[in-house]
Amino acid sequence: MKGFLKSIGLLTILLVCSAFLLSGCGEDKAKTIKIGFNLPLTGDIPEVGEGSKNAAEMYLKDINDAGGLEVGGQKYMLEFVYMDNESKAESATNVALKLIEQENVVAIIGPNSSKQAVPAGGTANDNRTPMISPWSTNPNTTLDRPWVFRAAFLDPFQGPVVADFAAKKFGAKTSAVIFDVSNDYSKGLAEIFKSSWEAKGLGPVVAFESHGTKDQDFSAQLTTIIAANPDFIFVPDNYNQVALIVQQARDLGYQGPFMGSDAWGTPDLIKLCGEQCYGNYFSTHYAAAGAKGATKVFIDRYEAAYGSTPADYAALTWDSIGIMVQAIQNYGKVDSDPVAMRKGVREGLAAITSFDGITGSSKFDEQGDPIKCAVVVKISDKGEFVFEESVCP
Amino acid sequence: MDFIIQNILNALQWGSFYALIALGYTLVYGVLRLINFAHGDIFMVGAYIAFFVSGFLLGDTLGLSPLVTFMCAVPLTMVLTACVGVTLERIAYRPLRRKGAHRLYVVITALMCGLILEYSNLAVLGASRLKFPELVEKAVWNIGGVTITNLKVIVIVAAVVVFLFLNFIVTKTKIGMAMRGISYDKFPIPLMGIPIDNIIVFTFVLGSGFAGLAGLLFAMSYPILEPFMGMLIGWKAFIAAVVGGIGDIKGAFVGGFLLGFIEVGVVAMPFLESTYRDLFAFTILLVILWIKPTGLFGMPQSTKI
Repeated sequence: MKGFLKSIGLLTILLVCSAFLLSGCGEDKAKTIKIGFNLPLTGDIPEVGEGSKNAAEMYLKDINDAGGLEVGGQKYMLEFVYMDNESKAESATNVALKLIEQENVVAIIGPNSSKQAVPAGGTANDNRTPMISPWSTNPNTTLDRPWVFRAAFLDPFQGPVVADFAAKKFGAKTSAVIFDVSNDYSKGLAEIFKSSWEAKGLGPVVAFESHGTKDQDFSAQLTTIIAANPDFIFVPDNYNQVALIVQQARDLGYQGPFMGSDAWGTPDLIKLCGEQCYGNYFSTHYAAAGAKGATKVFIDRYEAAYGSTPADYAALTWDSIGIMVQAIQNYGKVDSDPVAMRKGVREGLAAITSFDGITGSSKFDEQGDPIKCAVVVKISDKGEFVFEESVCP
Repeated sequence: MDFIIQNILNALQWGSFYALIALGYTLVYGVLRLINFAHGDIFMVGAYIAFFVSGFLLGDTLGLSPLVTFMCAVPLTMVLTACVGVTLERIAYRPLRRKGAHRLYVVITALMCGLILEYSNLAVLGASRLKFPELVEKAVWNIGGVTITNLKVIVIVAAVVVFLFLNFIVTKTKIGMAMRGISYDKFPIPLMGIPIDNIIVFTFVLGSGFAGLAGLLFAMSYPILEPFMGMLIGWKAFIAAVVGGIGDIKGAFVGGFLLGFIEVGVVAMPFLESTYRDLFAFTILLVILWIKPTGLFGMPQSTKI
């Protein structure tokens, strides 16, 4: 009896195993194209992950409802795998590895913030997987990494845009900077701004103060900044910190203007900061208010689907997927082997010299970085991001 | 000179929060010899309770003015947060105490309770941050180059008043005497007709209630709430309480302000980057413990609280 039961058990196990094997064979793997997303769905900037995912879902629905993506005369379904990097650098590399080794994706979109994109870009490059970061502006993300691309402009471009605009708009002679020292994005941009401000020869950067990611009290840094009496304060920080910094500076008696960077550009900034952020300016990738053409179509559809205005990272994610789709079509076929497919997609990406997206048209240089225009936006008295001026390289 | 006075005010505000949270650690430790690692998260829960209470009071059904809301939110937040603290004591600590578990297991239980509070908040409310409404119309006073807000004054005064109140309770009242008795030796206490469980619940009510007050004031000063806001500040307040001499109310108060002053002082120091803040702060605290391992006001193995 015991032996009988044992053999039954073995048989069951064998059956189950073979069922798995058969299902593995039966499924036509070449029919889907799997793309991974490395997103901050929790942690410091959850809104950024959420917005990107919303845009991606919209794109996925468009393609798959139309019967799939046409590559080399045949239709293939797209499959998107979303993974949470908790807005942390170390988790972003883990997610990249998981997507490459376990999910066997052909390409990765994200991470968004440079803090995660710089380390994850290294992982993708080492594992020879094409990656596009939609939102990262730090040069190191793509520097000497042939497999890594991006959809956003770079900080060496953004820094001077901010400096020029502030000098012109506020008539500023002196400036101060407060930045997050443990965030690649914030630190890199602060340093680039400092050198481009000093290169203008107007006056010095009178205070250059840093803080940590988890800090909530900035009064000591702001006291130093206010004592130096700058004409404006540059805050290249994430929106959640901006809300605290602006409020605490006002509490300490600072009346002057603030200038921000593209990390300000989320509707959550207004929710958290409120009226205290009104009237300030920041540089960004696109302005939703007053958009035209394809950009307007995207914004209207996004608003109808999710009930909020898409921020720049959502628009850039949309463009990143567009670039990726074009790369796959450039390659012209779909391999069942992800390694061969990745190589083809990378060549397809490198072959793209220009791309017309909803965040403007861009040309790509040999590092895989786009050359595109920046927009300076004013936060209006109603809390809307209003187009102020556009700066092209 | 303005610069120094301004930074002293900044440090007083920041230190007030450490002191308020450290007082809760010290009370529970004093009575139970239990390091309640969930305390920082009770502070976080307090901030969230304050958010929902004031949202409800300001909302359409009641529509109270911000100032009245503040007046009502203070006791309501304290009571509700105290309920959370007492619930933790009931479901987590008391059963272990009844079974005579070793202190180590109770400390681990406390750590787990803290994590449960954090992650259940994350699961229920999501990762997105909340904006705390403005309850006190902010007035910024400028006195000879030094700026101070009415909120800063409220925070600092609250910390001092809470300290004096707790000091009075522990040293001058009968219930305080019972608390000190349990702290000294908890086995003969029931023989004297003192309801030991009630005294412990009362301790949790006090500790968690003031954590709730700290949460409310913190949310008003730094109006952005997230599920992990209590973690780091809770750990640091615990260290402040240890440096002051854990179990001693004066120690927690002084330790909290000491940490606040060192942190703000390091950042305010010219030519020192903020990256050095925690390094310097904790080196100084380490040196204090190295010279006096029981903390500034602590005494080895004697009556505390």
